[in-house]
Amino acid sequence: MSNDITIHVIDRDGITHTLSAPTDMNLNLMELCKASDLPVEGICGGMALCASCQCYIESSHNFPQQSEDEEAMLAEAFYVKENSRLACQIHLHSNLEGLVVRIAPEG
Amino acid sequence: MIKTDILIIGAGPTGLFTVFEAGLLQLKCHLIDSLPIPGGQCAEIYPKKPIYDIPSHPEILAGDLVEKLLQQIKPFQPGYTLGEVAISLEKTEDNQYIVTTDKGTRHCAPVIAIAGGLGSFEPRKPPIKDLEFYENKGVEYMIKDPEKFRNQNVVLAGGGDSALDWTLFLEGIASSVTLLHRRNEFRGALDSVEKVQQLKNQGRIQLLTPAEVIQIEGTEKVESLLINHNGEEIKKICDAFIPLFGLTPKLGPIADWGLEIEKNAIKVDNSLDYQTNLPGVYAIGDVNTYPGKLKLILCGFHEATLMCQSAFQRIYPEKKNVLKYTTVSGVKGFDGSHKQAQKATIKSIE
Ligand SMILES: Cc1cc2nc3c(=O)[nH]c(=O)nc-3n(C[C@H](O)[C@H](O)[C@H](O)COP(=O)(O)OP(=O)(O)OC[C@H]3O[C@@H](n4cnc5c(N)ncnc54)[C@H](O)[C@@H]3O)c2cc1C
Ligand code: FES
Repeated sequence: MSNDITIHVIDRDGITHTLSAPTDMNLNLMELCKASDLPVEGICGGMALCASCQCYIESSHNFPQQSEDEEAMLAEAFYVKENSRLACQIHLHSNLEGLVVRIAPEG
Repeated sequence: MIKTDILIIGAGPTGLFTVFEAGLLQLKCHLIDSLPIPGGQCAEIYPKKPIYDIPSHPEILAGDLVEKLLQQIKPFQPGYTLGEVAISLEKTEDNQYIVTTDKGTRHCAPVIAIAGGLGSFEPRKPPIKDLEFYENKGVEYMIKDPEKFRNQNVVLAGGGDSALDWTLFLEGIASSVTLLHRRNEFRGALDSVEKVQQLKNQGRIQLLTPAEVIQIEGTEKVESLLINHNGEEIKKICDAFIPLFGLTPKLGPIADWGLEIEKNAIKVDNSLDYQTNLPGVYAIGDVNTYPGKLKLILCGFHEATLMCQSAFQRIYPEKKNVLKYTTVSGVKGFDGSHKQAQKATIKSIE
Protein backbone atom coordinates (compact mmCIF):
# COMPACT_ATOMS: atom_id res chain seq x y z
CA MET A 1 0.00 0.00 0.00
CA SER A 2 1.14 3.54 -0.68
CA ASN A 3 0.95 4.49 3.00
CA ASP A 4 3.27 1.71 4.11
CA ILE A 5 6.88 2.15 5.19
CA THR A 6 9.60 -0.46 5.54
CA ILE A 7 11.26 -1.02 8.91
CA HIS A 8 14.13 -3.37 9.75
CA VAL A 9 14.07 -4.94 13.22
CA ILE A 10 17.09 -6.94 14.42
CA ASP A 11 16.08 -9.52 17.04
CA ARG A 12 18.14 -10.80 19.99
CA ASP A 13 19.73 -13.51 17.81
CA GLY A 14 20.93 -10.90 15.32
CA ILE A 15 18.39 -11.84 12.67
CA THR A 16 16.95 -8.94 10.68
CA HIS A 17 13.20 -8.89 10.10
CA THR A 18 11.99 -6.56 7.38
CA LEU A 19 8.51 -5.37 8.21
CA SER A 20 6.04 -3.43 6.18
CA ALA A 21 4.25 -0.98 8.45
CA PRO A 22 1.09 1.04 7.85
CA THR A 23 1.36 4.72 8.83
CA ASP A 24 -2.36 5.42 8.87
CA MET A 25 -3.38 3.13 11.72
CA ASN A 26 -2.03 5.09 14.68
CA LEU A 27 0.48 2.33 15.50
CA ASN A 28 3.70 2.57 17.44
CA LEU A 29 6.83 0.47 16.94
CA MET A 30 6.14 -1.74 20.00
CA GLU A 31 2.70 -2.64 18.66
CA LEU A 32 4.13 -3.35 15.20
CA CYS A 33 6.77 -5.71 16.68
CA LYS A 34 4.20 -7.53 18.82
CA ALA A 35 1.83 -7.90 15.88
CA SER A 36 4.75 -9.38 13.90
CA ASP A 37 5.45 -11.93 16.68
CA LEU A 38 8.83 -10.41 17.54
CA PRO A 39 9.94 -10.84 21.19
CA VAL A 40 8.93 -7.38 22.40
CA GLU A 41 6.77 -7.75 25.48
CA GLY A 42 5.11 -4.36 25.90
CA ILE A 43 3.99 -5.22 29.43
CA CYS A 44 2.62 -1.76 30.26
CA GLY A 45 0.77 -1.54 26.98
CA GLY A 46 2.76 1.47 25.77
CA MET A 47 2.61 3.86 28.73
CA ALA A 48 6.42 4.21 29.11
CA LEU A 49 6.11 2.40 32.42
CA CYS A 50 8.01 -0.87 31.93
CA ALA A 51 10.90 -0.52 29.42
CA SER A 52 10.17 -4.03 28.13
CA CYS A 53 10.08 -2.47 24.64
CA GLN A 54 13.54 -0.88 24.77
CA CYS A 55 15.38 -0.84 21.44
CA TYR A 56 18.48 0.75 19.94
CA ILE A 57 18.16 2.99 16.90
CA GLU A 58 20.78 1.93 14.38
CA SER A 59 19.96 4.23 11.46
CA SER A 60 20.40 7.98 11.31
CA HIS A 61 16.75 9.03 11.32
CA ASN A 62 15.72 12.17 13.09
CA PHE A 63 13.43 11.69 16.06
CA PRO A 64 11.37 14.07 18.07
CA GLN A 65 12.79 14.58 21.58
CA GLN A 66 12.06 12.05 24.28
CA SER A 67 9.16 12.90 26.53
CA GLU A 68 9.81 13.28 30.27
CA ASP A 69 8.13 9.93 30.89
CA GLU A 70 10.36 8.16 28.40
CA GLU A 71 13.50 9.77 29.82
CA ALA A 72 12.51 8.81 33.36
CA MET A 73 11.77 5.21 32.38
CA LEU A 74 15.02 4.82 30.45
CA ALA A 75 16.86 6.09 33.54
CA GLU A 76 15.56 3.04 35.39
CA ALA A 77 16.01 0.53 32.57
CA PHE A 78 19.00 -1.77 32.13
CA TYR A 79 21.46 -2.03 29.20
CA VAL A 80 20.70 1.58 28.24
CA LYS A 81 22.88 3.18 25.57
CA GLU A 82 23.04 6.59 23.87
CA ASN A 83 20.73 5.32 21.11
CA SER A 84 18.17 3.65 23.40
CA ARG A 85 14.50 4.41 22.87
CA LEU A 86 11.22 2.93 24.02
CA ALA A 87 9.57 1.41 20.96
CA CYS A 88 6.12 2.22 22.32
CA GLN A 89 6.96 5.92 22.17
CA ILE A 90 7.92 5.75 18.49
CA HIS A 91 4.93 6.59 16.39
CA LEU A 92 5.05 5.04 12.93
CA HIS A 93 5.27 7.93 10.54
CA SER A 94 6.26 8.26 6.89
CA ASN A 95 9.57 9.94 7.84
CA LEU A 96 10.74 6.65 9.40
CA GLU A 97 11.04 4.86 6.04
CA GLY A 98 14.04 2.49 6.22
CA LEU A 99 14.42 2.72 10.03
CA VAL A 100 16.78 0.12 11.53
CA VAL A 101 16.29 -0.85 15.19
CA ARG A 102 17.77 -3.57 17.39
CA ILE A 103 15.76 -5.12 20.25
CA ALA A 104 17.51 -4.58 23.61
CA PRO A 105 18.27 -7.57 25.88
CA GLU A 106 15.55 -8.67 28.29
CA GLY A 107 15.82 -7.14 31.71
CA MET B 1 -2.42 -27.61 54.77
CA ILE B 2 -4.94 -25.02 53.54
CA LYS B 3 -8.07 -26.68 52.10
CA THR B 4 -10.64 -25.03 49.87
CA ASP B 5 -13.02 -25.72 46.96
CA ILE B 6 -11.34 -23.55 44.32
CA LEU B 7 -7.70 -22.60 44.70
CA ILE B 8 -7.04 -19.47 42.66
CA ILE B 9 -3.49 -18.67 41.58
CA GLY B 10 -3.35 -14.92 41.01
CA ALA B 11 -5.33 -12.22 42.81
CA GLY B 12 -5.74 -9.88 39.82
CA PRO B 13 -9.21 -8.74 38.73
CA THR B 14 -9.97 -12.15 37.19
CA GLY B 15 -9.00 -14.11 40.31
CA LEU B 16 -10.93 -11.73 42.57
CA PHE B 17 -14.14 -11.93 40.54
CA THR B 18 -13.87 -15.73 40.53
CA VAL B 19 -14.44 -15.62 44.30
CA PHE B 20 -17.78 -13.89 43.71
CA GLU B 21 -19.05 -16.25 41.03
CA ALA B 22 -17.92 -19.27 43.07
CA GLY B 23 -19.58 -17.82 46.16
CA LEU B 24 -22.93 -17.61 44.39
CA LEU B 25 -22.61 -21.38 43.94
CA GLN B 26 -21.61 -21.73 47.61
CA LEU B 27 -18.05 -22.72 46.69
CA LYS B 28 -15.18 -21.45 48.87
CA CYS B 29 -12.02 -19.90 47.44
CA HIS B 30 -8.45 -19.23 48.48
CA LEU B 31 -6.11 -16.91 46.54
CA ILE B 32 -2.31 -17.07 46.16
CA ASP B 33 -0.32 -14.09 44.85
CA SER B 34 3.35 -13.19 44.77
CA LEU B 35 2.43 -9.53 45.37
CA PRO B 36 1.84 -8.44 48.95
CA ILE B 37 -1.50 -6.89 47.91
CA PRO B 38 -4.39 -8.08 45.70
CA GLY B 39 -5.14 -6.44 42.32
CA GLY B 40 -2.59 -7.86 39.85
CA GLN B 41 -1.56 -5.49 37.05
CA CYS B 42 -4.18 -2.95 38.14
CA ALA B 43 -2.53 -2.65 41.56
CA GLU B 44 1.10 -3.03 40.54
CA ILE B 45 1.39 -1.25 37.20
CA TYR B 46 -1.34 1.40 36.95
CA PRO B 47 -3.41 1.91 40.15
CA LYS B 48 -3.82 5.66 39.53
CA LYS B 49 -4.72 5.39 35.82
CA PRO B 50 -8.28 5.37 34.48
CA ILE B 51 -9.96 2.47 32.65
CA TYR B 52 -12.77 3.32 30.27
CA ASP B 53 -14.04 -0.07 29.10
CA ILE B 54 -15.47 -1.67 32.21
CA PRO B 55 -19.17 -2.13 31.42
CA SER B 56 -21.30 0.44 33.30
CA HIS B 57 -18.25 2.39 34.57
CA PRO B 58 -17.68 5.22 32.05
CA GLU B 59 -14.41 5.79 33.89
CA ILE B 60 -12.82 4.10 36.88
CA LEU B 61 -9.29 4.17 38.32
CA ALA B 62 -7.64 0.75 38.24
CA GLY B 63 -7.03 0.98 42.00
CA ASP B 64 -10.71 1.77 42.62
CA LEU B 65 -11.76 -1.19 40.47
CA VAL B 66 -9.72 -3.46 42.73
CA GLU B 67 -11.24 -1.83 45.85
CA LYS B 68 -14.75 -2.42 44.53
CA LEU B 69 -13.99 -6.04 43.65
CA LEU B 70 -12.66 -6.62 47.18
CA GLN B 71 -15.83 -5.11 48.57
CA GLN B 72 -17.98 -7.27 46.31
CA ILE B 73 -16.28 -10.53 47.33
CA LYS B 74 -15.99 -9.74 51.04
CA PRO B 75 -19.14 -11.71 52.04
CA PHE B 76 -17.51 -14.82 50.58
CA GLN B 77 -14.54 -14.58 52.95
CA PRO B 78 -11.76 -15.73 50.63
CA GLY B 79 -8.47 -16.86 52.15
CA TYR B 80 -5.23 -15.25 51.02
CA THR B 81 -1.63 -16.43 50.74
CA LEU B 82 0.09 -13.19 49.68
CA GLY B 83 3.76 -12.50 48.99
CA GLU B 84 4.33 -16.13 47.97
CA VAL B 85 4.86 -17.70 44.54
CA ALA B 86 3.02 -20.92 43.63
CA ILE B 87 5.80 -23.15 42.41
CA SER B 88 4.48 -26.70 42.17
CA LEU B 89 1.31 -28.59 41.32
CA GLU B 90 0.78 -32.26 42.22
CA LYS B 91 -2.23 -34.51 41.78
CA THR B 92 -3.28 -36.78 44.64
CA GLU B 93 -4.79 -40.25 44.31
CA ASP B 94 -8.26 -38.96 45.20
CA ASN B 95 -8.25 -36.43 42.35
CA GLN B 96 -7.30 -33.41 44.39
CA TYR B 97 -4.47 -30.99 43.61
CA ILE B 98 -1.76 -29.78 45.96
CA VAL B 99 -0.10 -26.45 45.24
CA THR B 100 3.03 -25.49 47.18
CA THR B 101 4.57 -22.00 47.35
CA ASP B 102 8.19 -20.91 47.46
CA LYS B 103 7.82 -20.51 51.23
CA GLY B 104 6.51 -24.06 51.60
CA THR B 105 2.83 -23.20 52.22
CA ARG B 106 0.70 -26.12 50.98
CA HIS B 107 -2.83 -25.80 49.61
CA CYS B 108 -5.24 -28.57 48.60
CA ALA B 109 -8.33 -28.28 46.38
CA PRO B 110 -10.34 -30.34 43.87
CA VAL B 111 -10.28 -27.40 41.42
CA ILE B 112 -7.41 -25.09 40.49
CA ALA B 113 -8.08 -21.79 38.72
CA ILE B 114 -4.91 -20.31 37.27
CA ALA B 115 -5.57 -16.57 36.95
CA GLY B 116 -1.89 -15.70 36.72
CA GLY B 117 -2.12 -12.87 34.19
CA LEU B 118 1.20 -12.11 32.53
CA GLY B 119 2.89 -14.12 35.28
CA SER B 120 4.05 -13.76 38.83
CA PHE B 121 5.35 -10.27 39.64
CA GLU B 122 9.01 -10.53 40.52
CA PRO B 123 11.70 -7.91 41.12
CA ARG B 124 13.69 -6.60 38.17
CA LYS B 125 17.33 -7.36 38.78
CA PRO B 126 20.01 -5.01 37.47
CA PRO B 127 22.66 -6.70 35.32
CA ILE B 128 25.51 -6.61 37.87
CA LYS B 129 28.06 -9.42 37.92
CA ASP B 130 27.53 -12.02 40.70
CA LEU B 131 24.44 -10.19 41.94
CA GLU B 132 22.69 -13.50 42.57
CA PHE B 133 25.55 -14.78 44.72
CA TYR B 134 24.94 -11.92 47.17
CA GLU B 135 21.13 -12.43 47.38
CA ASN B 136 20.19 -12.76 51.06
CA LYS B 137 23.82 -11.96 51.86
CA GLY B 138 23.27 -8.22 51.79
CA VAL B 139 21.35 -7.91 48.52
CA GLU B 140 17.56 -7.60 48.90
CA TYR B 141 14.98 -6.61 46.30
CA MET B 142 12.02 -6.22 48.61
CA ILE B 143 12.04 -4.99 52.15
CA LYS B 144 9.93 -7.32 54.20
CA ASP B 145 11.43 -6.66 57.61
CA PRO B 146 12.96 -3.17 57.90
CA GLU B 147 14.34 -4.05 61.37
CA LYS B 148 16.87 -6.21 59.60
CA PHE B 149 18.66 -3.02 58.55
CA ARG B 150 18.92 -1.52 62.04
CA ASN B 151 22.42 -0.11 62.57
CA GLN B 152 23.51 -1.15 59.09
CA ASN B 153 25.01 0.91 56.29
CA VAL B 154 22.46 0.67 53.51
CA VAL B 155 22.68 1.65 49.83
CA LEU B 156 19.47 1.91 47.80
CA ALA B 157 19.28 2.31 44.01
CA GLY B 158 16.31 3.46 41.93
CA GLY B 159 14.43 6.56 40.86
CA GLY B 160 10.81 5.83 41.66
CA ASP B 161 8.43 5.85 44.59
CA SER B 162 9.71 2.73 46.30
CA ALA B 163 13.33 3.97 46.31
CA LEU B 164 12.21 7.31 47.75
CA ASP B 165 9.80 5.83 50.30
CA TRP B 166 12.28 3.29 51.63
CA THR B 167 15.03 5.92 51.82
CA LEU B 168 12.73 7.98 54.05
CA PHE B 169 11.75 4.98 56.14
CA LEU B 170 15.20 3.45 56.60
CA GLU B 171 16.79 6.79 57.51
CA GLY B 172 15.35 6.39 60.99
CA ILE B 173 16.55 2.79 61.38
CA ALA B 174 19.84 2.25 59.56
CA SER B 175 23.09 3.83 60.70
CA SER B 176 23.59 5.34 57.24
CA VAL B 177 21.47 5.52 54.10
CA THR B 178 22.75 6.27 50.61
CA LEU B 179 20.38 6.64 47.65
CA LEU B 180 21.75 6.49 44.15
CA HIS B 181 20.08 6.98 40.80
CA ARG B 182 21.25 7.28 37.22
CA ARG B 183 20.03 10.86 36.93
CA ASN B 184 19.09 13.83 39.07
CA GLU B 185 15.37 13.65 38.41
CA PHE B 186 13.21 11.28 40.44
CA ARG B 187 9.79 10.03 39.38
CA GLY B 188 7.74 9.89 42.54
CA ALA B 189 5.19 11.64 44.70
CA LEU B 190 6.19 15.30 45.06
CA ASP B 191 5.96 15.02 48.83
CA SER B 192 8.52 12.18 48.98
CA VAL B 193 10.89 13.95 46.59
CA GLU B 194 10.81 17.03 48.82
CA LYS B 195 11.38 15.04 52.00
CA VAL B 196 14.38 13.26 50.49
CA GLN B 197 15.73 16.66 49.41
CA GLN B 198 15.39 17.88 53.02
CA LEU B 199 17.19 14.87 54.46
CA LYS B 200 19.96 15.42 51.96
CA ASN B 201 20.22 19.11 52.85
CA GLN B 202 20.42 18.18 56.54
CA GLY B 203 23.18 15.70 55.78
CA ARG B 204 21.10 12.82 57.15
CA ILE B 205 21.34 10.79 53.95
CA GLN B 206 23.80 10.69 51.11
CA LEU B 207 22.40 11.19 47.61
CA LEU B 208 24.55 10.13 44.67
CA THR B 209 23.41 11.19 41.18
CA PRO B 210 24.07 10.44 38.42
CA ALA B 211 25.40 7.19 39.75
CA GLU B 212 25.24 3.46 39.14
CA VAL B 213 26.58 0.40 40.95
CA ILE B 214 29.05 -1.39 38.72
CA GLN B 215 30.33 -4.12 41.00
CA ILE B 216 29.67 -5.76 44.34
CA GLU B 217 32.62 -6.78 46.51
CA GLY B 218 32.88 -9.09 49.51
CA THR B 219 34.04 -12.64 50.09
CA GLU B 220 31.02 -14.09 51.96
CA LYS B 221 28.60 -11.18 51.91
CA VAL B 222 28.27 -7.63 50.62
CA GLU B 223 31.16 -5.56 52.04
CA SER B 224 31.42 -2.72 49.55
CA LEU B 225 30.17 -1.45 46.22
CA LEU B 226 32.04 -0.02 43.29
CA ILE B 227 30.01 2.94 42.07
CA ASN B 228 30.31 5.06 38.98
CA HIS B 229 29.45 8.54 40.23
CA ASN B 230 29.46 11.22 37.59
CA GLY B 231 32.06 9.34 35.55
CA GLU B 232 34.33 8.70 38.53
CA GLU B 233 34.73 5.32 40.24
CA ILE B 234 34.19 5.36 44.00
CA LYS B 235 34.14 2.60 46.57
CA LYS B 236 31.39 2.57 49.16
CA ILE B 237 31.64 0.38 52.25
CA CYS B 238 28.20 -1.00 53.18
CA ASP B 239 26.29 -3.95 54.68
CA ALA B 240 23.28 -3.96 52.39
CA PHE B 241 22.46 -3.11 48.78
CA ILE B 242 18.79 -2.72 47.85
CA PRO B 243 18.12 -2.27 44.10
CA LEU B 244 14.51 -1.07 43.64
CA PHE B 245 13.72 -1.14 39.93
CA GLY B 246 10.12 -2.27 40.06
CA LEU B 247 8.58 -5.65 39.35
CA THR B 248 8.11 -7.54 36.13
CA PRO B 249 5.77 -10.49 35.45
CA LYS B 250 7.33 -13.91 34.71
CA LEU B 251 5.25 -17.00 33.88
CA GLY B 252 7.93 -18.93 35.76
CA PRO B 253 7.25 -22.35 37.26
CA ILE B 254 3.69 -22.63 35.86
CA ALA B 255 5.31 -23.32 32.50
CA ASP B 256 6.62 -26.65 33.89
CA TRP B 257 3.33 -28.00 35.27
CA GLY B 258 2.57 -30.13 32.22
CA LEU B 259 0.13 -27.60 30.80
CA GLU B 260 -0.03 -26.91 27.07
CA ILE B 261 1.70 -23.56 26.56
CA GLU B 262 1.48 -21.44 23.46
CA LYS B 263 3.14 -17.99 23.13
CA ASN B 264 3.76 -17.78 26.87
CA ALA B 265 0.07 -18.47 27.68
CA ILE B 266 -1.91 -21.57 28.70
CA LYS B 267 -4.07 -23.20 26.05
CA VAL B 268 -7.68 -23.78 27.13
CA ASP B 269 -10.92 -25.12 25.76
CA ASN B 270 -12.88 -21.94 25.13
CA SER B 271 -15.84 -23.67 23.53
CA LEU B 272 -16.77 -25.02 26.96
CA ASP B 273 -15.26 -23.99 30.28
CA TYR B 274 -11.64 -22.73 29.98
CA GLN B 275 -10.27 -26.01 31.26
CA THR B 276 -6.65 -26.84 30.44
CA ASN B 277 -5.31 -30.21 29.32
CA LEU B 278 -5.26 -31.24 33.02
CA PRO B 279 -8.81 -32.08 34.18
CA GLY B 280 -9.87 -29.80 37.04
CA VAL B 281 -7.21 -27.21 36.24
CA TYR B 282 -8.66 -24.11 34.57
CA ALA B 283 -6.87 -21.05 33.20
CA ILE B 284 -8.72 -17.72 33.02
CA GLY B 285 -7.93 -14.08 32.28
CA ASP B 286 -4.72 -12.82 30.69
CA VAL B 287 -2.90 -16.11 31.34
CA ASN B 288 -4.88 -18.19 28.85
CA THR B 289 -5.02 -18.37 25.09
CA TYR B 290 -7.56 -19.60 22.56
CA PRO B 291 -8.55 -18.50 19.06
CA GLY B 292 -9.68 -14.88 19.24
CA LYS B 293 -8.42 -14.30 22.80
CA LEU B 294 -8.39 -10.68 24.03
CA LYS B 295 -6.46 -9.73 27.17
CA LEU B 296 -9.11 -7.51 28.71
CA ILE B 297 -10.60 -7.31 32.18
CA LEU B 298 -14.16 -7.85 31.02
CA CYS B 299 -13.13 -11.00 29.13
CA GLY B 300 -11.53 -12.33 32.33
CA PHE B 301 -14.79 -11.75 34.21
CA HIS B 302 -16.75 -13.69 31.61
CA GLU B 303 -14.25 -16.57 31.64
CA ALA B 304 -14.35 -16.72 35.46
CA THR B 305 -18.15 -16.98 35.41
CA LEU B 306 -18.29 -19.91 32.97
CA MET B 307 -15.39 -21.64 34.68
CA CYS B 308 -17.18 -21.63 38.07
CA GLN B 309 -20.21 -23.41 36.59
CA SER B 310 -17.95 -26.18 35.32
CA ALA B 311 -16.07 -26.33 38.64
CA PHE B 312 -19.39 -26.80 40.46
CA GLN B 313 -20.24 -29.81 38.27
CA ARG B 314 -16.80 -31.27 38.91
CA ILE B 315 -17.11 -30.90 42.67
CA TYR B 316 -20.79 -31.99 42.87
CA PRO B 317 -21.35 -34.28 39.86
CA GLU B 318 -24.65 -35.50 41.31
CA LYS B 319 -26.14 -32.02 41.82
CA LYS B 320 -27.85 -30.05 39.12
CA ASN B 321 -27.16 -26.35 39.06
CA VAL B 322 -29.83 -24.00 37.81
CA LEU B 323 -28.82 -20.44 36.97
CA LYS B 324 -30.40 -17.93 39.31
CA TYR B 325 -30.36 -14.15 38.93
CA THR B 326 -28.77 -12.33 41.88
CA THR B 327 -31.71 -9.90 41.79
CA VAL B 328 -34.09 -12.79 42.37
CA SER B 329 -32.20 -14.94 44.85
CA GLY B 330 -29.96 -12.29 46.47
CA VAL B 331 -26.40 -12.86 47.65
CA LYS B 332 -25.87 -15.11 50.66
CA GLY B 333 -22.41 -14.58 52.13
CA PHE B 334 -20.44 -17.13 54.15
CA ASP B 335 -20.30 -14.46 56.85
CA GLY B 336 -24.04 -14.81 57.47
CA SER B 337 -24.91 -11.70 55.45
CA HIS B 338 -27.82 -11.82 53.02
CA LYS B 339 -28.29 -9.07 50.46
CA GLN B 340 -31.70 -9.10 48.85
CA ALA B 341 -33.91 -7.01 46.65
CA GLN B 342 -36.62 -5.22 48.57
CA LYS B 343 -40.04 -6.80 48.34
CA ALA B 344 -42.73 -4.66 46.82
CA THR B 345 -45.15 -3.25 49.35
CA ILE B 346 -48.71 -4.36 48.83
CA LYS B 347 -51.26 -2.28 50.58
CA SER B 348 -54.84 -1.50 49.87
CA ILE B 349 -56.07 2.00 49.24
CA GLU B 350 -59.34 2.61 51.02
C1 LIG C 1 -1.06 0.03 31.72
C2 LIG C 1 -2.17 -0.95 31.46
C3 LIG C 1 -3.42 -0.49 31.07
C4 LIG C 1 -4.47 -1.39 30.87
N1 LIG C 1 -5.69 -0.90 30.50
C5 LIG C 1 -6.74 -1.75 30.36
C6 LIG C 1 -8.03 -1.26 29.99
O1 LIG C 1 -8.23 -0.05 29.78
N2 LIG C 1 -9.05 -2.17 29.90
C7 LIG C 1 -8.88 -3.50 30.11
O2 LIG C 1 -9.85 -4.26 30.04
N3 LIG C 1 -7.64 -3.99 30.43
C8 LIG C 1 -6.59 -3.14 30.54
N4 LIG C 1 -5.34 -3.65 30.85
C9 LIG C 1 -5.18 -5.11 30.96
C10 LIG C 1 -5.70 -5.60 32.30
O3 LIG C 1 -5.02 -4.97 33.37
C11 LIG C 1 -5.51 -7.11 32.37
O4 LIG C 1 -6.31 -7.69 31.36
C12 LIG C 1 -5.94 -7.65 33.72
O5 LIG C 1 -5.15 -7.14 34.76
C13 LIG C 1 -5.84 -9.18 33.72
O6 LIG C 1 -6.25 -9.64 34.94
P1 LIG C 1 -5.80 -11.06 35.48
O7 LIG C 1 -6.43 -11.16 36.81
O8 LIG C 1 -6.09 -12.08 34.46
O9 LIG C 1 -4.20 -10.97 35.59
P2 LIG C 1 -3.22 -9.97 36.37
O10 LIG C 1 -3.85 -8.67 36.61
O11 LIG C 1 -1.96 -9.99 35.59
O12 LIG C 1 -2.98 -10.68 37.77
C14 LIG C 1 -2.32 -11.90 37.85
C15 LIG C 1 -1.71 -12.07 39.22
O13 LIG C 1 -1.25 -13.41 39.36
C16 LIG C 1 -0.07 -13.42 40.09
N5 LIG C 1 0.67 -14.66 39.80
C17 LIG C 1 0.96 -15.18 38.58
N6 LIG C 1 1.61 -16.35 38.68
C18 LIG C 1 1.74 -16.57 40.02
C19 LIG C 1 2.35 -17.61 40.79
N7 LIG C 1 2.94 -18.66 40.21
N8 LIG C 1 2.32 -17.50 42.14
C20 LIG C 1 1.74 -16.43 42.74
N9 LIG C 1 1.14 -15.42 42.07
C21 LIG C 1 1.15 -15.49 40.72
C22 LIG C 1 0.66 -12.17 39.65
O14 LIG C 1 1.60 -11.74 40.62
C23 LIG C 1 -0.51 -11.19 39.46
O15 LIG C 1 -0.72 -10.40 40.62
C24 LIG C 1 -4.27 -2.78 31.04
C25 LIG C 1 -3.01 -3.24 31.42
C26 LIG C 1 -1.96 -2.36 31.64
C27 LIG C 1 -0.64 -2.88 32.07
S1 FES D 1 5.58 -1.01 26.45
FE1 FES D 1 6.11 -0.49 28.46
S2 FES D 1 7.56 1.06 28.16
FE2 FES D 1 6.99 0.57 26.15
